[in-house]
Amino acid sequence: MTGWPILSTVTFLPLVGALILLVLPGEGYSARRNVFYVSLWTTTLTFILSIFIWTNFDPKEAGFQLVEKAPWLSSGFASYTVGVDGISMLFVILTTFLMPLCVIASKLTVQKHFKEYMIAFLVLETLMIGVFTALDIVLFYVYFEGGLIPMFLIIGIWGGPRRVYASFKFFLYTLAGSVLMLIAIMAMYWEAGTTDIPTLLNHSFPASMQTWLWIAFFASFAVKMPMWPVHTWLPDAHVEAPTAGSVILAAILLKMGGYGFLRFSIPMFPIASHDLAPFIFALSVIAIVYTSLVALMQEDMKKLIAYSSVAHMGFVTMGVFAANVQGVQGGLFQMISHGIISGALFLCVGVVYDRMHTREIAAYGGLVNRMPLYAVAFLIFTMGNVGLPGTSGFIGEFLTLTGAFRINTWVAFIATSGVILSACYALWLYRRMIFGALEKPSLAGMFDLSRRELVLLVPLAALAIFFGFHPGPIMDVTAASVDQLVANYNAALSAAGKLAAIAP
Amino acid sequence: MSPDTMTLASFLPALPEIILAIGILVLLLVGAVAGQRATALVTGLAVVTIVISGVVLVLSPASGVAFSGSFILDGFARLMKLLALIGSAVAIIVSVGFLRAQKIDSFEYPVLILIATLGMLLMISANDLIAAYIGIELHSLALYVLTAFSRKSVRSTEAGLKYFVLGALASGMLLYGASLIYGFTGQVTFSGIAAALHGEAPSVGLVFGLVFLIVGLAFKVSAVPFHMWTPDVYEGSPTAVTAFLAGAPKLAAMALFIRAIVVPFAPITHDWQQVIVFISIASMVLGAFAAIGQQNIKRMMAYSAIGHMGYALVGLAAGTATGVQGTILYMLIYMVMAIGTFVAILAMKRQGVMVEGINDLAGLAKTHPLMAFMLAMLLFSLAGIPPLAGFFAKFYVFIAAVQAGLYALAVIGVLASVVGAYYYLRIVKIMYFDDPAPKLDPVAPELGAVLGLSGIFMIVFVVIAGPIGSAAELAAKTLF
Repeated sequence: MTGWPILSTVTFLPLVGALILLVLPGEGYSARRNVFYVSLWTTTLTFILSIFIWTNFDPKEAGFQLVEKAPWLSSGFASYTVGVDGISMLFVILTTFLMPLCVIASKLTVQKHFKEYMIAFLVLETLMIGVFTALDIVLFYVYFEGGLIPMFLIIGIWGGPRRVYASFKFFLYTLAGSVLMLIAIMAMYWEAGTTDIPTLLNHSFPASMQTWLWIAFFASFAVKMPMWPVHTWLPDAHVEAPTAGSVILAAILLKMGGYGFLRFSIPMFPIASHDLAPFIFALSVIAIVYTSLVALMQEDMKKLIAYSSVAHMGFVTMGVFAANVQGVQGGLFQMISHGIISGALFLCVGVVYDRMHTREIAAYGGLVNRMPLYAVAFLIFTMGNVGLPGTSGFIGEFLTLTGAFRINTWVAFIATSGVILSACYALWLYRRMIFGALEKPSLAGMFDLSRRELVLLVPLAALAIFFGFHPGPIMDVTAASVDQLVANYNAALSAAGKLAAIAP
Repeated sequence: MSPDTMTLASFLPALPEIILAIGILVLLLVGAVAGQRATALVTGLAVVTIVISGVVLVLSPASGVAFSGSFILDGFARLMKLLALIGSAVAIIVSVGFLRAQKIDSFEYPVLILIATLGMLLMISANDLIAAYIGIELHSLALYVLTAFSRKSVRSTEAGLKYFVLGALASGMLLYGASLIYGFTGQVTFSGIAAALHGEAPSVGLVFGLVFLIVGLAFKVSAVPFHMWTPDVYEGSPTAVTAFLAGAPKLAAMALFIRAIVVPFAPITHDWQQVIVFISIASMVLGAFAAIGQQNIKRMMAYSAIGHMGYALVGLAAGTATGVQGTILYMLIYMVMAIGTFVAILAMKRQGVMVEGINDLAGLAKTHPLMAFMLAMLLFSLAGIPPLAGFFAKFYVFIAAVQAGLYALAVIGVLASVVGAYYYLRIVKIMYFDDPAPKLDPVAPELGAVLGLSGIFMIVFVVIAGPIGSAAELAAKTLF
């Protein structure tokens, strides 16, 4: 496969699928089937091709691989450059893996304008893959911001009752965060003379400039992540988005923030990252404890899971800014694992929502009597969310806590209490929904998971458990790049005379 | 070129203008002889005249001066003139159906647009203060008449009167500024002024003249604080005229703004830069906030235009070749966006009656999916969201501002764009999320074609940004 532009193929294949959909008729039963199969085949083919990215990837190589270059904007800057390293490669796979599942999940739930919905999703897939493969900072920004348009439409057209409010909040929050990053990108261009990410990674920015650039990037990624206190758009967006929209939002879009920190903030502005790490730690532990408490009191299932996402992202930022191997690898692992588990949880919510059309926790109870398979699946993902050993959730939390412990024991201590709180809200949710007697007459007609729903949930459950026992595949591919990241970070700090403060 | 060598060949750089002028005279004669029966013929020939003028422009030598140096043709002028001609031709084409439906179609309309176009070309090519003034007046007088073209409508005549009175005031200021500049430098040509200013501190009188000149030009591009006429004129004019007004004339005025500031006053950049920064910030902020509450889509687009002129001026404020490149690209993309959006407004018709309320677009995605999609692309582009063209417009001007160290301008600008995004999104929301209003009439084919092309331009710009950016860069370099 050498020589074949595999990354571009994977990136733009969904766009081709969207163009095919554009010319297909949209309304009517058979048209709907055609749209479904075109989308399913496009996303599945994209996933299969993306496997070749993994097989062609050399885990021992720390730098960027499978690089493609082409000219784009005029003045010698902003070229079309793509490539992957250990940090970005898995996100590409995660995206392509989840998309076919989203297509299947949407088949039943989306009633109106199915064709347009699928077009929006396929365009979104191209933009998401682009974010993780872009090796030019302007290209990155275009993909990063471009995702807003399809997501805005997905929430606004196919969302719940308060969809307009949620879509506006989502759009304007993320846009406001990102525009400052754009100014920072321009300042970096004039300082370093290039927009090429690998070159920028080797450029050392003056310390005073780093702080400003760091703040501008932080404004964007913190909103995207989302970190407390700019997380408030997330519960609204999640609650109103259709099921597949929530899955993508939780599993992929939130990861762009963490990816951004790892790709830009830490390696490009190490001094500022080091200086402002205590600030990040404070926000992270507040997020972990506070949003866990908020999650405890939610009446709405999706909102509860949304708040738990904010808490889990707190672990990610904490680990990433610990900036040691355990912390960064833990943060990466946590992001992948959260992508699988939270995506699956939103699918689980979708299963009962399709039957009952309510997300009120109080409307359920005793589901185990009617839906044993569902109870098992939901249990696995609940445990994954709690971070039970044996699920992938544990590995990520444990590593980030280890990483944080080496830097600051108090941060690790408070964050660990968040693990207990997550057990409280997750198990309580499970008890209220699944256990007890089946008393509500409306639930008497509930049927268990259909074949289609099993197809959705079984692979995710298998992965959540597999990576819980055998995290090796993820660790191996990320190790070289993470080692290099941490080594460069420490080298930059010692050059600036700051290493003594963080020496283990 | 001195007067004694004035031969026929020395007029060559101005050949496109000469063709337009002859066309105007001939068409006026045709109209006067044949009367209103000739409207369709005159309209068609007007477009043909513009096309011929454009072809000659493309084929004419790359650079040259005429009329003793008052008139200059360079890379910058060529590009801007070509765009202005395209804008005018499209404006004539899309106006036909509207004028006929409003029963105000007459042969004077295309002729007036040609006169305004001739004025625009002269503005773009003006190389001294006198030529600049003549261009502005020729162009403005035609526009005043066009604004009041629907002479039985109170709103239209009021708009025309308002535009005329305020425009005359601005012209006066510009003339006053020009005379002060002449008085203090002894020069009227742009290069002469630059030479006179070289190496010495500018006198107070000259700075006064400069400020008055900027006031006059800011009025033409409707930048704050000289924007007051814009909402009323946009709303009151017949929609076809507004569609014309929002495109090519803005581009030509901005081209003159660039040349009349950058070339003669390059030695004293510091003195005008702060003024431009101020009007740029004021325009961006006012445009963003004032548009939010509007219910009439033409009025909203007027505030949007004010905001966009603010962004275009960001590039000029930088005062560098990169900045001018940014402004050129901005005006190019803005012209397409503005024409596209106003064509969509021209298509807003219910049972033969024009409607202008934003709420009349409710549920357009269900009744006219294609029109809604194209308009949505234009609106997202106006908001500056990548990967659409409007993002690159903003990108190029802000990168110049950052290069020039104008961080405050850049940060305020991008934050204003977030506020601006709100009201563009509101229209998308009304089109896509709300329940349908009574169905609009089918879109006329020529309107649909222009709307479709401009929407597609927004989408594919990301692919063709390279060559277009280089063309703008080459054009900008000719001024430095």
